[in-house]
Amino acid sequence: MSTAQADPVSDDASHGEHGHDHDHPAFLAHHFDTPEQQFDSGKLGIWLFLVTEVLFFSGMFVAYAIFRNLRPDVFVGSSEFLNTKLGAINTGVLLFSSLTMAWAVRCSQTGEHKKLTGMLAATLSCSMVFLGVKAIEYSHKWGMGLLPAGTFFYDPANPHPTTDQLETLGFTSGTAFFLHNSLYFLCAPFLIVLLGVVAWLILSIVKGNKFQTACAMPLTIVCLSFFGGVGLGVILESGSEEGHGAAHDVAGHHGEGVAHSDAVPSVIDDGKVAAPALNDDASETSVLERLATDSTNTGLMSDVAARQAQASVASGAVVRGDDTNFEGGISEASANVLTQRQAGKFFSIYYCMTGVHAIHILGGIAVLVWLLIRSVRQDFNSRYFGPVDYVGLYWHLVDLIWIYLFPLLYLIR
Amino acid sequence: MSDHAHSSDGHGGDGHDFAHPMPVSMLLSVFFALVILTVVTVAQASFDLGSYDVLVVMAIATLKATLVALFFMHLAWDKPFNIAVFVGSFIFVGLFVIFTLGDSDMTSDSFEPKIDEVVPMVAESN
Amino acid sequence: MSSGSIPPGSVVKDPGFPTKQENYLTNSKGILSWMFTLDHKRIGVMYLVGVSLAFLFAGILALLIRYHLMEPDGKLFKGANANNMYNQLFTLHGAVMVFLFIIPSIPAALGNFLVPVMLGAKDVAFPRLNLASFYLWCAGAIFFVAALFGTGLDTGWTFYTPYSTTTDTSVIAATMGAFILGFSSIFTGLNFIVTINTMRPPGMTWFRMPLFLWATYATSIIQVLATPVLGITLLLLIAERTLHIGIFDPEFNGDPVTYQHFFWFYSHPAVYIMILPAFGIISDLIAVHSHKRIFGYRFIAYSSIAIALLGFLVWGHHMFTAGMSPMTTIIFSALTFTVSVPSAIKVFNWLATMYKGSISLTTPMCFALAFIFLFTIGGLTGLHLGTLATDMHLHDTYFVVAHFHYVMVGGTLVAFLGGVFHWWPKMFGKMYSEAGGRLSSLIIFIGFNLTFLPQFVLGSRGMPRRYATYDPEFAYLHQMSTYGAMLLGIGLLTALVVLLHSLFRGKDAPANPWGAATLEWQCTSPPPFYNFERAPVVGDPYDFSKIEWDSENERYVTVEPERETVPEEKPAIQPAH
Repeated sequence: MSTAQADPVSDDASHGEHGHDHDHPAFLAHHFDTPEQQFDSGKLGIWLFLVTEVLFFSGMFVAYAIFRNLRPDVFVGSSEFLNTKLGAINTGVLLFSSLTMAWAVRCSQTGEHKKLTGMLAATLSCSMVFLGVKAIEYSHKWGMGLLPAGTFFYDPANPHPTTDQLETLGFTSGTAFFLHNSLYFLCAPFLIVLLGVVAWLILSIVKGNKFQTACAMPLTIVCLSFFGGVGLGVILESGSEEGHGAAHDVAGHHGEGVAHSDAVPSVIDDGKVAAPALNDDASETSVLERLATDSTNTGLMSDVAARQAQASVASGAVVRGDDTNFEGGISEASANVLTQRQAGKFFSIYYCMTGVHAIHILGGIAVLVWLLIRSVRQDFNSRYFGPVDYVGLYWHLVDLIWIYLFPLLYLIR
Repeated sequence: MSDHAHSSDGHGGDGHDFAHPMPVSMLLSVFFALVILTVVTVAQASFDLGSYDVLVVMAIATLKATLVALFFMHLAWDKPFNIAVFVGSFIFVGLFVIFTLGDSDMTSDSFEPKIDEVVPMVAESN
Repeated sequence: MSSGSIPPGSVVKDPGFPTKQENYLTNSKGILSWMFTLDHKRIGVMYLVGVSLAFLFAGILALLIRYHLMEPDGKLFKGANANNMYNQLFTLHGAVMVFLFIIPSIPAALGNFLVPVMLGAKDVAFPRLNLASFYLWCAGAIFFVAALFGTGLDTGWTFYTPYSTTTDTSVIAATMGAFILGFSSIFTGLNFIVTINTMRPPGMTWFRMPLFLWATYATSIIQVLATPVLGITLLLLIAERTLHIGIFDPEFNGDPVTYQHFFWFYSHPAVYIMILPAFGIISDLIAVHSHKRIFGYRFIAYSSIAIALLGFLVWGHHMFTAGMSPMTTIIFSALTFTVSVPSAIKVFNWLATMYKGSISLTTPMCFALAFIFLFTIGGLTGLHLGTLATDMHLHDTYFVVAHFHYVMVGGTLVAFLGGVFHWWPKMFGKMYSEAGGRLSSLIIFIGFNLTFLPQFVLGSRGMPRRYATYDPEFAYLHQMSTYGAMLLGIGLLTALVVLLHSLFRGKDAPANPWGAATLEWQCTSPPPFYNFERAPVVGDPYDFSKIEWDSENERYVTVEPERETVPEEKPAIQPAH
């Protein structure tokens, strides 16, 4: 009640004057007349919130559409690096969590408290499996350098660089260590939460607090599911490891269908050259210049020339030349898309879309945990199931967005 | 103030029950339909459908999204205003996409001046 | 019509004055009772204080800008860093004014106070969310201040790429602030839509709502639909700066024009977030102070919704010279003119309402008249900018600056002041000095025109905006503008003094000091914390026939012919307890 902080006198006054013309059950806020009005308000509110979510994501879909429209070949080639099996499994997991969520709403309406708790726990477990698989996908790509445009350093000749090699690319030792061991960094917070929940479970059993035990038990299973997801991801990702060779092949030679393969190997001779690192343009250019003195390496020489032209443009120099030059450049360049400005762009969009989606999953997990605890407390009944319904709608929207993300990112042919 | 059993008696007078539980059978069949559509969409990716590819993928995704919205999100039984709100949002997304994509499409000739790879022509320009 | 005296043989209805326990300002005490209040009225008052402080801050920055421009070489900042300082100055002025003041001013401050009371509801639908959005506003403000005390901000309030991805100033802090403020705005809008949809008491049909509620509803639609796009745009901008995702940054083949599309998809509708509630205030002010039914109620109501929806079709007119394709510019230019139709409908309806009305030149009415005059100039000069050919010449000149200040300051700010003066007796239960209020409106009107009319001339002669120095031939007009800005500042200060003075020395306000018929005037001044004991009887919001001036007590009262009354509350069928 809004007058909760009011002094006793006025609180009494509120009861005396207008508190009695309806009998408010505890779950009904003071400014609503009936539970139905409260439910309808909440429902419209959550639908409006979903509208904002749709428009929030629309920005990234527009960015996706623009750049895919511009360079379809880049998207086709880069998409090869995404593991369709993992994507499909995550889709299935999210769909199943949607089912259990819808079922949970039903249970809250029919007052099946035990089943409601079970369904919410199942939904939570699925979301954890999803995140576990996602952690595998992310960490795998980070180690390979399949990163957003500015930091993209993937090199087909050396897909799994060591930390030392990462440092020569211009990363600090800390960042290099992180990129190399990102899976552990991603799992660590979940491990801490798991340990905390287990400690809570043991403590509640020792103290004989039935309510806390009933909360901590399903939550322990939920936290364990994350590592189930990680395990699943490890198995499937390692199974498809040899498939990557094919992926590189397709990515390298896609586009015009004609294999300009001479450009690729010539650049990747050194293993580091093809990987321009962030914030290190000058030194990188000098390396390139040194390599370009080899007169057989014409491709690299013109690359250096192009870089010098860019540098002079960046420093404000006037460059003669017209658009047709650039046009010619584009058609030449479609041979290899594994660069910062091509595949890197795809991975920028991939990380933005899936990352924001994953943040929404994390938010969903937070509210689902809150619901789970309330369901153990048996708060919900046929006249008050709004929170379960609203969270359910949110959860389905997150699922719905993934339904679009999966084919748009993983299934580009 | 009062326990809920009491209050639901007390409020029995103010109309029908607004809860509308979904039958479990319906939930399950929607789920299986969604799984089948997922399998279909993965399977079609191995066929080359040319330029229709995106359309097919998006059609399947939209079908799945419609199923989720209608049944899981209960939109089929919701108030018309809520339906209008949700569906209306896609109109604005459409506006956003059409104008922005249309404009970038028409200006894309001057769009991509920087190339990482071999650009023999640019070399002459300095 | 208020003829001056109460006809004999009629019943006077007036709620009188609230007791200390009822008065929402005094019913609970202590700072915590304000910080954790869920009462929409208190939240509204806190917003009012907050946005006023933001306005004061940004207003001082504006005066500094004008002071600097007194001399062609710049008066305030000298030396090598002068241009940088000037860039930061106008950026913070713009960003704070837009994100911290204009957008929340009317909807969050006045809207929070008025929407439930006007509707006859006890509170907004989600009081906790309401309080949360106020604290989000505070958090956003803190980020802006952090940007100021960090390395400043010099991108302009629009954060255009690629400059915003390369400059060394606190772009991330400011964009985080704007991102948070966006969510504050979304939650306010969401709350109002739900409140208006589901909390209307019996009898309050859509077409019995005061026009301020229609305007607020239209505004809320924009807030919910457009603001999330700003959110993702700013998030992508932050990612661009930190991770170099290359969507907007040409360094990685990104497209800066795409950033402008994203930004203006929100920010053009946001212009209507700023002006639509002002339309709502003016509609109510004109009707009440002309003591005449509003002319064309439905047209005004529908035109608010029309502006809200059409506002989504015209964002490209900010980008005519930014490198869009010629086809897109033509389409956006053509669509831009459609927005002028509903805006003109409103202006004509206000004029028709005043025609043969019994106009009281009270302070709010003075502001309303100033609004009509200034907004008309602002709106008509917008047509010059919407026309492709003239925009090529006028783009990024002082003409644009003058145009949007005529709409944002001459429109929104003046309407906001009019609204504050109109509802001040209701909010704080005190009457202010009428003479002082009218004087302030006059000074503001003169000062405003003196500031911004010369800028139209400057712009059409080619003075570009955002320049710290200028050609000496522009000095005369620039100085005129600076003197105007000082006068405007004095006028605003006068208004502040008048209002604050009333808090201490003002007479207690009657429930209905202006003779208005909307519901907020049917409860006491200030309202009790529960607004209405029971759902009020809803009548026509613009039917002034039953409202008479009670010269004895200096107040307006609702009179009804005497008649046999039945007991007010019949014992209803009690639920079996």
